[in-house]
Amino acid sequence: MTVVKPFTISDMDGNAHEFNADRPSIICFVKEDCPTCRVALPVVSAFFERFSTNYDFYIVGQTSSGNEEIVNNFNPPFNVLDDSALKLSFDTNVETVPTLRVTNAEGEINRELIGFVKAEWKALLDEVLMRVSSEDCKIDWDGLPEWLPGCGSLSVDPLHYDRLLAESTNSPIRARKLELGSLDDQFEFMFDQGFSDGLPVIPPTPERVINMLKGTERESQEIVATMPPNMAPVTVEKIAINSVLAGCKPEYLPVVIASVEAVCTDDFNIHGVMATTMGATPVLVVNGPIRQKISMNMGLGALGQGNRANATIGRALRLIIRNVGGAVPGGTERSTFGNPMKFTMCFAEWEEQSQWEPLHIERGFDLLDSTVTAFAMSGGPSLIIDETANTGAELANTIGEATTTMLNAKAYGFSNCLIAVSPEHATTFGRDNFTKQQLREVMHQSSEKTVTELTSGTGFTPEQRQLYQELGESTRLSKFESDDDINIVVAGSPAGKCTAFFHGWIPQKIGSIPVTRKIEMK
Amino acid sequence: MSNVTLLDPTNEAKPVTRQLATRPEKISGNVALLDISKRQGNIFLDKLEQAIEQRVSGINIKRYVKPTFSKPAPESLRQEIKENNNFVVVALAD
Repeated sequence: MTVVKPFTISDMDGNAHEFNADRPSIICFVKEDCPTCRVALPVVSAFFERFSTNYDFYIVGQTSSGNEEIVNNFNPPFNVLDDSALKLSFDTNVETVPTLRVTNAEGEINRELIGFVKAEWKALLDEVLMRVSSEDCKIDWDGLPEWLPGCGSLSVDPLHYDRLLAESTNSPIRARKLELGSLDDQFEFMFDQGFSDGLPVIPPTPERVINMLKGTERESQEIVATMPPNMAPVTVEKIAINSVLAGCKPEYLPVVIASVEAVCTDDFNIHGVMATTMGATPVLVVNGPIRQKISMNMGLGALGQGNRANATIGRALRLIIRNVGGAVPGGTERSTFGNPMKFTMCFAEWEEQSQWEPLHIERGFDLLDSTVTAFAMSGGPSLIIDETANTGAELANTIGEATTTMLNAKAYGFSNCLIAVSPEHATTFGRDNFTKQQLREVMHQSSEKTVTELTSGTGFTPEQRQLYQELGESTRLSKFESDDDINIVVAGSPAGKCTAFFHGWIPQKIGSIPVTRKIEMK
Repeated sequence: MSNVTLLDPTNEAKPVTRQLATRPEKISGNVALLDISKRQGNIFLDKLEQAIEQRVSGINIKRYVKPTFSKPAPESLRQEIKENNNFVVVALAD
């Protein structure tokens, strides 16, 4: 049986009324502008006049102005109690007005009447009369309707609900609250506190964060990851706060959560990624049904601006890295130049535009899994134009030659890349059934240089010279040491014979390994 | 404007109180004296200007006046003070 916990509430004169859950009570929630409440109030008044010595009455109104109207219009015999803050209504789960609850001497709710059902109210009267062994209470039941539905309680009105939830005892919010001065500009304040990446951020009010948390069923205090350099616990709540900052919608939150999981792995090595002078940053690729569900861009302009999901998901991750993880330019982030991808870089693969296996299936997931893959990339996207190649082999050669000078023409064997093939180029490959593996092999072949070529002139380190000379001067090396260092997806407009590629960072165990995480859709 | 509550997006390791600007070790360069236009504020600033000149060498004092004490200084005045001075003293007297 539900128990009403003790509460204190003031009447319209400011006098406190205590409910201590130790006497039989009748608690009724009303709103002045509710027609059903206006029907019920005379009945409640009659109950009060008859039974106020047997029961404590708490008639609770939900607005100050409405309470005044009740007093003026009904001249009730009872005090109207002021719940204009809606705290009592919210804490006791009132969804409809009128709601009348009868509690026993232990605070347990014996009866609950919602709206006005004449038969129920008559039955209640009979029960009370029997309990107090009294004569009838005179009420003109014939003049009352058989049934009227109630109205929505203000405590569940969307205008108030999120705020009430944030303020409640069981609030999912635990983050430190920052109280701004009455003359503070919220946006300037957030810049001053260092929360921003240089662009304005959305103020993370409790209501906005509560709304953002609706995007996941995970508990707000669940620790998703530990993020360096602060080694800070990244909770779902902190992810939600930074997602608000970034401008995300709640339905993007699962992608952001999965992105945090991905970058906080030893394999991805977010600390090294952020610290390097090479200016690496996570590039996120999303696969699976969630692409359409949240309207991500995988087509025209997918790597650029204009799509809210693409832009804000990538940005949310970057703000978490900054605000929770603590990697800030000039602090542990030591990138020589930075690059625009450090604001955001997130796009969806256009899986349907090629006959290749999409990225997430290559990486061991099912077609209908939604996933996000994080790549550590130091530059790009750069454009490769080839409007003349008619075969997959020709096109692959173009891509191989273009990526040969990535980072440095002699930087061989210590980097990786992410290639976004356009639909037109994917069609060229498709005509020949040219596979991703064949593309990788051509890239290896077309980039081959001998040790002599790689140690002539400038651009290589003494360590490279020594390594290569140990291999023998005529040994031929490819730009990318491993097939794993060439990552291939399809995206971009159906018009344009071009392919984009991102310059990698240091791959494999000494640097960063791409990580894929499944997105929990809710 | 009503008060606003925001939730902290950081790992909460640093206090939130506003950080003071770094205090220079000595006063030098241009020092602005801003009269907020309360009655006799100009007399007070005259005395203050004399006292500063007696005690601090190597500075140049510039005087400014706000149009009215009851409103914030116009943006143009704030910008002018900021661009042309290293320090500012805002004073009133009644």
